[in-house]
Amino acid sequence: MKLIIYFRCFKGIVLREALRFVHQKERFFSALVRPLVWLGIFAAGFRSVLGVAIIPPYETYIPYEVYIAPGLIAMIQLFNGMQSSLSMVYDREMGSMKTMLVSPIPRWFLLCSKLFAGVFVSILQVYAFLIIASLWGIIPPISGYITILPALVVSGLMLGALGMFLSSAIKQLENFAGVMNFVIFPMFFASSALYPLWKIEETSEWLYYVCFYNPFTYAVESIRFSLYSQINFEYGIGIIVFTIIFLFLSIIGYDPGRGNLQKKGGK
Amino acid sequence: MHAALEIKNVTHKFGEFKALDKVSIIINPGDFTVLLGLNGAGKTTLYSLITRLYNNNTGSIKIHNFNVRENSSNALKNIGVVFQQPTLDLDLSVEENLHYHSALHGISKVDASLRISEEIGRIELNEKLKSKVRSLSGGQRRRVEIARSLLHRPKLLLLDEPTVGLDIGSRQMILKHVKSLCKKGDLAVLWATHLIDEIDKGEKVVIIHDGKIIESGDVSKVIKKTKQKNIREAFNKLVGIKT
Repeated sequence: MKLIIYFRCFKGIVLREALRFVHQKERFFSALVRPLVWLGIFAAGFRSVLGVAIIPPYETYIPYEVYIAPGLIAMIQLFNGMQSSLSMVYDREMGSMKTMLVSPIPRWFLLCSKLFAGVFVSILQVYAFLIIASLWGIIPPISGYITILPALVVSGLMLGALGMFLSSAIKQLENFAGVMNFVIFPMFFASSALYPLWKIEETSEWLYYVCFYNPFTYAVESIRFSLYSQINFEYGIGIIVFTIIFLFLSIIGYDPGRGNLQKKGGK
Repeated sequence: MHAALEIKNVTHKFGEFKALDKVSIIINPGDFTVLLGLNGAGKTTLYSLITRLYNNNTGSIKIHNFNVRENSSNALKNIGVVFQQPTLDLDLSVEENLHYHSALHGISKVDASLRISEEIGRIELNEKLKSKVRSLSGGQRRRVEIARSLLHRPKLLLLDEPTVGLDIGSRQMILKHVKSLCKKGDLAVLWATHLIDEIDKGEKVVIIHDGKIIESGDVSKVIKKTKQKNIREAFNKLVGIKT
């Protein structure tokens, strides 16, 4: 199959996702309200309670709002990844997912395109958040606005792939709400999004390891370092490995022969 | 010439449940064939296997001699599908939906625009091109789905209970339109339904019940073979419905 065919297909899927995004303005605003509430209320309340020592990539003491900003950026992507998956479960239940799956273009490519389309939407949300967050004094170096982009792409892919895998494993839309509670909240709270890992280690060693091996921590830390134009190879490699694992699982999940669709009778 | 659709000895299970049992069907180019069966007979499962939503456990399915499992890309290129459930994106316009489908088949934007204009003209919905799908009636949505399924110029059109839930006027219009497509070219159609009044004499029928093909052939031959007056009575006799 010619490369141009793949390109047209990719463009079509991204455009469709973008159009849906434009048509569903409330989705954009709700995606922004959530992290802004955390930033404006939660962080304001906890800034006097939680002190943050100087830890890389920061070179000085920072207010708590600055510390949790990368976690909230990752939160936007986490919710976006789960929301895309939710729409996949919905599309599958409503039937429109079938339109995509019966395309002659290989299924792995269709799923990757859908994933990229979701990442594209999440990046728009993140930049909108960064603009509003600057009102709270969260102003990274100018270069950070550019260097964050690769980290956003990879973390968006990882979280989207995780959501896609979950969507392949979920039979009905109602079950997805439960998975959201069992995935989103544990992932978010058991990570370095709200408190540094060394603080968690001081409290509980086993929790530290849970947080350390949580894929979401890798997303948060990759975003944190890249926002200050730095690279942390440990987190960078980790996030790529998690992305490959989740992507592989989701492709298997949607494989007509081996995946979860087969087990469930395509429903 | 290859058969438009050749299904040989397909058996499919979901766990212990046998949804299809040694199903074999041949449809030639230009044929309009009705797949008749009650709800739960296995029609949708069969369609899901033909379109490779999931793989058949045994047997083979070929579309214009391309095996769906081994050469799915070439096989799927030749299929147009109208699923039982509506599959249009309600928040997008008719045109956006059709462009999306064209992209999924790798059709260029220029070609897609030409084809959309041609297909939308055939179903007489030109004035609805920019309308949101949400604003369309059930019958109009179905017609758009048929137009969409033909955009990539398939050689086999699969329709899974396309008229369910529609009023009689829309049902007749859609049926007439699809039959006319068969007559014009060598497009083969497999029309799944449980509505017996959608079958005319002179057409081909495949009767499926409990996952098995229990009769197939020309409608008149099926009537004759079962020694009944019409296809309704023949069907009732074959599936054991007492009237």
